[in-house]
Amino acid sequence: MAINWFKYSSPASFYLLAGKMVPVFVFISVILLVVGLYVGFFVAPTDFQQGEAYRIIFIHVPAAWMSMFLYVVMAFWAGIGLAFNTRLSSMFATAIAPTGAMFTFIALWTGALWGKPMWGTWWVWDARLTSELILFFLYIGFMSLQAAIDDPRRADKAGAIIALVGVINIPIIYFSVQWWNTLHQGASVSLNQAPAMATTMLTGMLIMVLASWMYSIAVILKRTRVIILERESHTAWVAELHKKGAI
Amino acid sequence: MFMWIIKRDLLLAMRRQSDVLTTLFFFIIVVSLFPLSVGPEMNMLRTMAPGVVWVAALLASMLSLGRMFSNDYVDGTLEQMLLSPQSLSLLVLGKAFAHWLVTGVPLVLMAPVLGIQYDLPTDALLVLTAALLLGTPVLSLIGAIGAALTLGLRGGGVLVSLLVLPLYIPVLIFGAGAVEANMAGVAFDAHLSLIGAFLLVSIVFAPWAAALSLRVSLE
Repeated sequence: MAINWFKYSSPASFYLLAGKMVPVFVFISVILLVVGLYVGFFVAPTDFQQGEAYRIIFIHVPAAWMSMFLYVVMAFWAGIGLAFNTRLSSMFATAIAPTGAMFTFIALWTGALWGKPMWGTWWVWDARLTSELILFFLYIGFMSLQAAIDDPRRADKAGAIIALVGVINIPIIYFSVQWWNTLHQGASVSLNQAPAMATTMLTGMLIMVLASWMYSIAVILKRTRVIILERESHTAWVAELHKKGAI
Repeated sequence: MFMWIIKRDLLLAMRRQSDVLTTLFFFIIVVSLFPLSVGPEMNMLRTMAPGVVWVAALLASMLSLGRMFSNDYVDGTLEQMLLSPQSLSLLVLGKAFAHWLVTGVPLVLMAPVLGIQYDLPTDALLVLTAALLLGTPVLSLIGAIGAALTLGLRGGGVLVSLLVLPLYIPVLIFGAGAVEANMAGVAFDAHLSLIGAFLLVSIVFAPWAAALSLRVSLE
């Protein structure tokens, strides 16, 4: 039996689907978070150079990855919404922005906490830190542009344009380490060579990355549901749900 | 069409010369504030000069963005331009070029004089001018996107800075970097080439994105 995927591009059916998916992803993310933090703080060995302070990477690296990844996803859905005029994609993009901004902030903050004992300073004007800061500004710009526009359709499209223009920044962030190699260490994890860290550290970090994914999916779906309700409040199906007491 | 829009925007700017002069004097005042705030120590000023001039140029260019579309928007000309069969991207390119002629070029011409105030050596002045000459059109082009997106919004002026300034950063880095490299005695042509690359990319993409933004804002 062929499944009609386009069925879920309608806000009404997506709302119900998302409602079923949110608890699942919350459950998985809590499990992974507990396991990941346990591995990170109790199983992984102490680093011989950095001592215990390195353990911040179990939060810092997933947050930094998510901050960049979510921006690309946000721009992708915003672009889809702009190109095909699909309402749900734009709502999804709007829902991603706050989570992405939060992860960017966490990455900057935990980076500062790590930088103080390691580099002896909270902040350096290193290319990578600076690009992460610019990424934060891009998220803020996207959100404030959408907030300033009253008409939701115009807000969606304007946000999509600024998000796509900002996407140029993502490769700059990624390649900045290679281009202006300064204080920030190069990537420790790469596909074509053995990772430069112990296996348990890597496992803990990857579990935390998965946990961040699951968390993001859960929160974004939940937020999309709220946005759907807000925008579709005039429709019959929302009234129906309200009558049934489901909202 | 391209020449027509440039001629028209220049004519409008000449009818209201105070706007042009305000931007230029804003640039001069911002640059002059720095020695007053950090002290007249010549060695420090010399190292600061490229950054200060570039930041001031960024701010001056950004402040005048509001005028790029807003007057035409208010009197309805912009709507007629959108309805015309001519390419909207070309029209936006023309408006951005006119914006650069009115705000960018005076800054470029003024920069060497301000550089002398900061005791920059002659060849550094030349590099500064060349970098500004290549970089300020990029500011106008990227700014056109921000100006088109915030057209007719509440608090558009503050919002445009939030949208546009992060996108200006690469130009700022390489623009100021070119002058610093020259003063440090290393090759600066890579910096200028990169700004040139930014210029070419933004000539191709920015008018298109800004035209799309205009259609979004006016629909």
